[in-house]
Amino acid sequence: MPKGVTVNVCMGTGGIAGGADEVLAAFREELSRNSVEGRVLEKCAVHQVGCRGFCARDVLVDITIDDERTTYQYIRPDMVKRLVSEHIIGGEPVADWMVSDEYHRFHDLQKKIVLADCGTIDPEDIEAYIDAGGYRAITEVLESRTPAEVIDEVRRSGLRGRGGAGFPTGQKWELCAANEADRRYIICNADEGDPGAFMDRSVIEGNPHSVIEGMLIGAYAVGSDSGYVYIRAEYPLAVDRLRLALDQARAKGFLGPDILNSGFSFDIKIKLGAGAFVCGEETALIASIEGERGMPRAKPPYPADKGLWGKPTIINNVETWANLPPIINNGADWYAGIGSEKSKGTKVFALTGKIRNTGLIEVPMGISLRDIIFDIGGGIEGGRLLKAVQTGGPSGGCIPQQHIDLAMDYDNLLAVGSMMGSGGMVVLDESDCMVNIARFFLEFTQAESCGKCTPCRLGTKRLLEILTRITEGEGRKGDIELLEDLAGDVRDTSLCGLGMSAPNPVLSTIRYFRHEYEAHIHDKHCPAKVCRKLLTFFIREDLCVGCGMCRKACPTGAADGKPKAPHHIDTSSCVKCGACYDVCKFKAVLKE
Amino acid sequence: MEAAFSGKLETVYRRYVDEDGNAISILQDIQAEFGYIPEEAINSIARMTGIAPSMFFGIVTFYTQFHTRPRGANIITACCGTVCHVKGAQRIISRIHDELRLKEDQDTTRDKLFTLEKVNCIGACSIAPVVVVNQKVHGRMSPEKMARELKKCRERTDA
Amino acid sequence: MISLTIDGREVSVFEGTSVLEAARILEIDIPTLCHDPRLKPFGGCRLCIVEIRGMARPVTACTTPAIGGMVVTTTSERLYRLRRTIIELLLSDHPNDCMVCARAGDCTLQEQAYFYKLRLNRFTGEMRDHDRVDANPFIKREMNKCILCGLCVRVCDEVQGVNAIDFAFRGFNARVTPPFEKDLDCEFCGQCVAVCPTGALTGKVWAGEARQKDVKMTDTVCSYCGCGCNITLHTVRDRVVRITSRPDTHNRGWLCAKGRFGYEFINHPDRLKTPLIRRKKGGNLEPAAWEDAFDLIAGQFTRIKEESGPDALGGLASARCTNEENYVFQKFFRAVIGTNNIDHCARY
Repeated sequence: MPKGVTVNVCMGTGGIAGGADEVLAAFREELSRNSVEGRVLEKCAVHQVGCRGFCARDVLVDITIDDERTTYQYIRPDMVKRLVSEHIIGGEPVADWMVSDEYHRFHDLQKKIVLADCGTIDPEDIEAYIDAGGYRAITEVLESRTPAEVIDEVRRSGLRGRGGAGFPTGQKWELCAANEADRRYIICNADEGDPGAFMDRSVIEGNPHSVIEGMLIGAYAVGSDSGYVYIRAEYPLAVDRLRLALDQARAKGFLGPDILNSGFSFDIKIKLGAGAFVCGEETALIASIEGERGMPRAKPPYPADKGLWGKPTIINNVETWANLPPIINNGADWYAGIGSEKSKGTKVFALTGKIRNTGLIEVPMGISLRDIIFDIGGGIEGGRLLKAVQTGGPSGGCIPQQHIDLAMDYDNLLAVGSMMGSGGMVVLDESDCMVNIARFFLEFTQAESCGKCTPCRLGTKRLLEILTRITEGEGRKGDIELLEDLAGDVRDTSLCGLGMSAPNPVLSTIRYFRHEYEAHIHDKHCPAKVCRKLLTFFIREDLCVGCGMCRKACPTGAADGKPKAPHHIDTSSCVKCGACYDVCKFKAVLKE
Repeated sequence: MEAAFSGKLETVYRRYVDEDGNAISILQDIQAEFGYIPEEAINSIARMTGIAPSMFFGIVTFYTQFHTRPRGANIITACCGTVCHVKGAQRIISRIHDELRLKEDQDTTRDKLFTLEKVNCIGACSIAPVVVVNQKVHGRMSPEKMARELKKCRERTDA
Repeated sequence: MISLTIDGREVSVFEGTSVLEAARILEIDIPTLCHDPRLKPFGGCRLCIVEIRGMARPVTACTTPAIGGMVVTTTSERLYRLRRTIIELLLSDHPNDCMVCARAGDCTLQEQAYFYKLRLNRFTGEMRDHDRVDANPFIKREMNKCILCGLCVRVCDEVQGVNAIDFAFRGFNARVTPPFEKDLDCEFCGQCVAVCPTGALTGKVWAGEARQKDVKMTDTVCSYCGCGCNITLHTVRDRVVRITSRPDTHNRGWLCAKGRFGYEFINHPDRLKTPLIRRKKGGNLEPAAWEDAFDLIAGQFTRIKEESGPDALGGLASARCTNEENYVFQKFFRAVIGTNNIDHCARY
């Protein structure tokens, strides 16, 4: 019988959706049936992709026998029996189901600092974190460094806020610490609201103690005894793991009064967000923690001067906090040696969209988009052509294919009209309509605008209305210029980051894809064949077998025909809902 | 009934009596207790806390998590994140509207069997488009798969 | 004291002064819609944006604290364009109703639209539909005219402490409303009406009365109680049509429901304007001259005092009198009549 068997099943929201629960149960059952002395662990789920960020191949399972690890992909419960009998008992790995070379290429160009332990340690066990070197940084800081030295270390590391704007972290701390105050607060912003972004959740789900330790370092540096983690209620698994981690840290004496007999006291509370994207903005987040509507407040004064309850407050996002223990452990020079000239360290991206290897990646700053998309991401899904990469979510913009060799850092992204944002990266291909993409983001920001300031409340609404009429074939001459004017004015006059950046998707798509706007407005044509109202649906008689699916699906009776004879679509009564296109199994329904 | 109602509110109130700034947490607990935020609950908790009902109402209508009306037995959450959008979330949502005979601005069916809600992103982009049916995440959805899921829900609720 | 430069002129202010306040010391006019010096700054309307050297984007003067050495520009082509867009956006969701609006000629939004020469609007689109009628007797709420400046919300909270209304919903759907969008149920002090910069909140009691140009304004003191709030009577041909209060008075422009809305008695036909004397037992009360009335009172007081002693008389003073009047009244009873039988309605 083999000894020392570990089976790690990736357990996250999507992993569970892919059946990770059942796979885990099947392993437990199969192993106990065979009386194998194995430990079937819930592997630290980085997120739904599973531990290694290799989203596309769920469910991923690691089988480690005597330190020899084999990774399997696409595992279903019915496959478990063979894995147990052939690999665990028989000692012969099942070659058919092992991950391919692509899996390794996916990891080769990555550099993992924040995600280093995500996926290898059990996030629900503080000992696992400590064994991996956890809480060493805060211990050292408390024993041998002054707060000023810690701030200096962070400043020299060149770390910039990972929430999107990229403000130098050390400088923010310095400002906060310089204020006279009887109390200071530390806040971890885990209100990750960008659609297409799940980095922060993954870090908390995969390694919550690294965030806690980061906050401890920050609290010591600026002299705070009280911290908050503001986290989305939509992330139940992350909330549970964070709660557990806080309890364990308290029990071990890393949180609470007089930590490690140093005289330094600090504790952390969890505040659940209630569903408002704008609360990712730091002053709105503060208003929300104070129990109010999450409406942003004017800056200055900045939170570092007057924040939560009017006290100096440091707000950094999850990824920023998780960077701190490695910086303290390895030194500022080590960290400053990674990345590009003005953007140091690594950045975690959620790589999604029309790409083969979707997943969570951590790469050094300054890496080119080409490396990310074609090496790590494995290229475009279905062999189609890359059109653009959307970064920064609704605050960012679209980087067109011609900038594929752009080195990814804060300043370069701004220069091409996008922004780092919190790290969502959505790959778009030729089948995506850029006007529709801009409309999608405006619909989002418009719905999430808090309504406090005029330009955001009404400006985003009007931008959306103009974009909507363009996508519906009602665009007018002069609409592009009107969009540019209004977008610029909204950007310049809005109160908070939401309104300031909401026009970015419009401005960047006009900048690079003006011809698509023109086609919609002047030719009433959607080049990517996405905008329904500009399309005509028809049936190719040579492909239609007369199955009648389209007839049944059509809400207006426009799709009609006799059974077993080619059907046709009456364009005058067609409402262009696309139902026929969706149901046709023979690809006989076409759109033009 | 009356006593049970105010008893529950009293419990929620006691949990937060020591600290300021807990209006949102109080409402979250009320919703956990009743499934939605009843008007009477706001009026009672306002009397206990001294926070004006208008403020509570402002908070409830600001955050999407809160509901002022009872919700359906089955909760369908459609993800409207970027990736789900480009992979056809809207077609699935229209199908749900058709299947459940929901009007454009309606979110709960008249028989209170279903509530449809949209969420910005649940971070399951790799298996987009995603729909959460009663807290179970369904990836790589299509309008047809969605219709089948709804049928299953209906059968389960009927049984 | 710190000094800064605004539009090329230097000004010294106390620390904590906002850029807007500093500019107003120099009598530089910066347009605002959501600002009231009596309330906390809000920064919502964005109209008071100014450029500050060293800052990339314009900031709102109302919320930005003045800092020593700051160089501020309040007027430029860019600022003009941005402010114009803001007004244009506001008007794109505002009924073009000035002809029948109670605030025409006295409306900050209308005034700004005039200054920025906004006739055509580039942004036509959906408009809010909040024309539900609020059944309360005093305050007319036409919320589709609301520009969400938040002045009413702030005055209700910061000054009145009632919190009858607050912002609800968000984005384009954001609105100011009582809880659950019910009818207004409050003290009806009308402070919200006083601060509203548009026709969203007006008094029902003066609806359909005179236009501002016909109104004669007379400053006086409210007669309802001893607080002595300064009020301004708006009159047309000797008829009071509205009451307001100036912000530069000791009551800072704040009034109560009675002071603001309770002026009906002034022009009421039943109001007593002369003394009445019942000359015959069982007869009617008849109008009389003040001299006759005083003679009668003085004569009767003297008679009663002589016949039954001073304690047969008592005086009941009124809370509607000033302190001075009440003092004189009790002095009269104690020193002239000679009794301590003196009381006051506010005691009950």
